[in-house]
Amino acid sequence: MSGEAVSATTARREQARGSFAGGFSWAMARDLRLAWRHPDEAVLTVAFFALVASLFPLGIGAEPQLLVRIGPGVIWVAALLAAFLALPGLFAADYVDGSLEQMTLSPHPALGWAAGKIAAHWIVSGLPLTLLSPLIGLQYGLAPDTLAIQALSLLVGTPVLSLLGGACAALALGARGGGMLLALLALPLFVPVLIFGAGAAEAQATGLSPAPHLSLLTAGLIAALVGLPWAVGAAVKIAVD
Amino acid sequence: MNWFYFASPATFYGLAGRMAPWFFVTAAILAAWGLYLGLGVAPTDAQQGEVYRVIFIHVPTAWMSMFLYFVMACYCGLTLVFNTRLSAMMARAIAPTGALMTFVALWTGSFWGRPTWGTYWVWDARLTSELVLLFLYFGYMALANAFEDPRRGDRASALLAIIGVVNLPIIYFSVQWWNTLHQGSSVSFKGTSMHVTMLTGMLVMSAAAWMYAIGATLVRVRSVILERERRAQWVRNLPEAA
Repeated sequence: MSGEAVSATTARREQARGSFAGGFSWAMARDLRLAWRHPDEAVLTVAFFALVASLFPLGIGAEPQLLVRIGPGVIWVAALLAAFLALPGLFAADYVDGSLEQMTLSPHPALGWAAGKIAAHWIVSGLPLTLLSPLIGLQYGLAPDTLAIQALSLLVGTPVLSLLGGACAALALGARGGGMLLALLALPLFVPVLIFGAGAAEAQATGLSPAPHLSLLTAGLIAALVGLPWAVGAAVKIAVD
Repeated sequence: MNWFYFASPATFYGLAGRMAPWFFVTAAILAAWGLYLGLGVAPTDAQQGEVYRVIFIHVPTAWMSMFLYFVMACYCGLTLVFNTRLSAMMARAIAPTGALMTFVALWTGSFWGRPTWGTYWVWDARLTSELVLLFLYFGYMALANAFEDPRRGDRASALLAIIGVVNLPIIYFSVQWWNTLHQGSSVSFKGTSMHVTMLTGMLVMSAAAWMYAIGATLVRVRSVILERERRAQWVRNLPEAA
């Protein structure tokens, strides 16, 4: 065999072996392209967020002091619910049409493409919520520094929601009970994220330092980034087994 | 000796049936002794009066609620790693008892809170994380039963239980990490700030809760085994099936 043929074979073997980066970029690009071609889902998530956040002043009363007081918490709860409602879209369609099974058969490790799918999901759901939050905060009359901390806490917290929710969505694939079951699985796990996320903005609004809350939230993000993509991959494998 | 002899549902079914009554009898004796110590012998608390006596139910169930989740998660780990059948059945059998313990801990806690704190419920870290634990148990049970294929439910719920383990240190250390209304622990490995009779009563009640939990789990795992293995020949050969 000539040297050229040998190097071509190794290149093909390299390709067939798959890698974390290969799986990650492939899955992320694919899901982003899908989201780009059907933008309605992302738009609906953001619209839901704005809608829920505007229901609270109508229900509770619109006194400015009250709104400033509840603003950070309401915005976080609304963002959490919006992120939750976007979860079924993460795996359901791929599970039904068999793409998910093909992904588990691909040479790339599950860790790679699972992380890629979740990253794409966050860019489509969590990131728009983060970017929109200062606008909603203005409606609640929050101070500029509170708005900034609010957006920062969402920037750190929504990826944790996507990772935790992704694991739950993968576990609930094909289960009876659908959305209600997913709520029972995911919402209790979201509680710490909500506490520290809303706590950061609230501390800033009341003149305390948001640093402890943000540090804990970031620690949670790091732990989630290390552990949960593996759990999502394992959950998908259980689902398609 | 074959250590895996009782890892088979068929052999464990009989063993569980023979052991369960002993655990229940021990639990009843210990509970009677513990309640006698707690309600009859232990002195009235200097600050709280007679109300504190709910501690003899509250603390043992709260301990068991966390410990049972840990045991359940260990069985779930065995399920995922070794794909053993009995460990998944044990995890399923533990979950309802764990949820019961969590519920009793929350319930007695709120009855204790009313006279001492002036409220049934506060949203502090200890209470909230214990409530999350209750929902984790509910989520585990719902997911385990949500699939046509029980093996799929075993594996999916096992992974969920393992993810939920992060809640345990949060509950346990919540009274140290946050300034909470819930008091800190009175018992530690270094010593205790309690009267000796109170401590004895509480430990005896904990042992009773422990024995009850084992007995209830063994009874429940027998019915899980029967349900899952109903088509197996050994089940049809059981004297009670005839």
